[in-house]
Amino acid sequence: MNVTVNGESRDLPAGATVASVVELLEVAPGARGVAVAVDGEVVSRTRWPETELRDGSLVEVVSAIGGG
Amino acid sequence: MDDTLRIAGRELSSRLILGTGGFANHELLARACRAAEAELCTVALRRLDPAARGSILDVLEEVGVQVLPNTAGCYTARDAVTTARLAREAFATDWIKLEVIGDDRTLLPDAVELVAAAEELVDDGFVVLPYTTDDPVLARRLQDAGCAAVMPLGSPIGSGMGICNPYNLSIIIEHAEVPVILDAGVGTASDAALAMELGCDAVLCASAISRAHDAVAMARAIRLGVQAGRLARGAGRIPRRRYAQASTPETGMPAFDAQGVSQ
Repeated sequence: MNVTVNGESRDLPAGATVASVVELLEVAPGARGVAVAVDGEVVSRTRWPETELRDGSLVEVVSAIGGG
Repeated sequence: MDDTLRIAGRELSSRLILGTGGFANHELLARACRAAEAELCTVALRRLDPAARGSILDVLEEVGVQVLPNTAGCYTARDAVTTARLAREAFATDWIKLEVIGDDRTLLPDAVELVAAAEELVDDGFVVLPYTTDDPVLARRLQDAGCAAVMPLGSPIGSGMGICNPYNLSIIIEHAEVPVILDAGVGTASDAALAMELGCDAVLCASAISRAHDAVAMARAIRLGVQAGRLARGAGRIPRRRYAQASTPETGMPAFDAQGVSQ
């Protein structure tokens, strides 16, 4: 299925979860300061492994940078 | 004497909040943060970059400051609310510096979207610190919506023009029941001192420090400016007068010729 992750189109196996996408981005397990939204809704970290993505899902994985 | 700054029940002894935007590197940020003696620093949220080296959170933790996430870059209430929720999730804090911008050249707030976002976030249990204009009516709206502070700009973000309308800022301060934090436009130490002399409770400063020729020296200067302004405010300044008021008594003047015999 096709999922957009941080603005880039990615081919993922059916049933891919938020956790697998975060892993794709080389985020260390337990890394601080990371959050995810799927289709504009925040998915809390505890739900990453069980939240399955669908074809066309828009995933945003964000972290802190200097700003403001 | 207790001069602690209290925002939403949290106590801070530093009245300089450091924005982390614009620093050339993390090492400079850490040194400037120490020189500023800030206790609270803002961070922004952006797409995770796997190639980025080092986490700003590690830098701030090492310095020993608390993180204030912001919604920098958001143009709609919806985006700002989602960003705030992401920040709460990422940093385990209910505090959010709310920025909702209406124009990409001036970076001035969009008042309508700002108030909408503030109301929704307050409802959702956030401690909202909104970046706003120097409009006293808007500031009161944000306060009435339940914001924990109001953060009026002195002039546009990064412009270094200081406080363009001290009269409006004074009016905001006079009527505020929550802390007033000058946010945006500080260019140098005297701007920060003026803000505190006018009665601001704190100053948030980013570009004036991060983009100064010597960021660490400027951090120290602005810290001292904030402290000086606060002290001056508490000392009770003399009023402004159009005419002179002699500081030396007129009686007892010696006469130096026959004409000028003193009475």
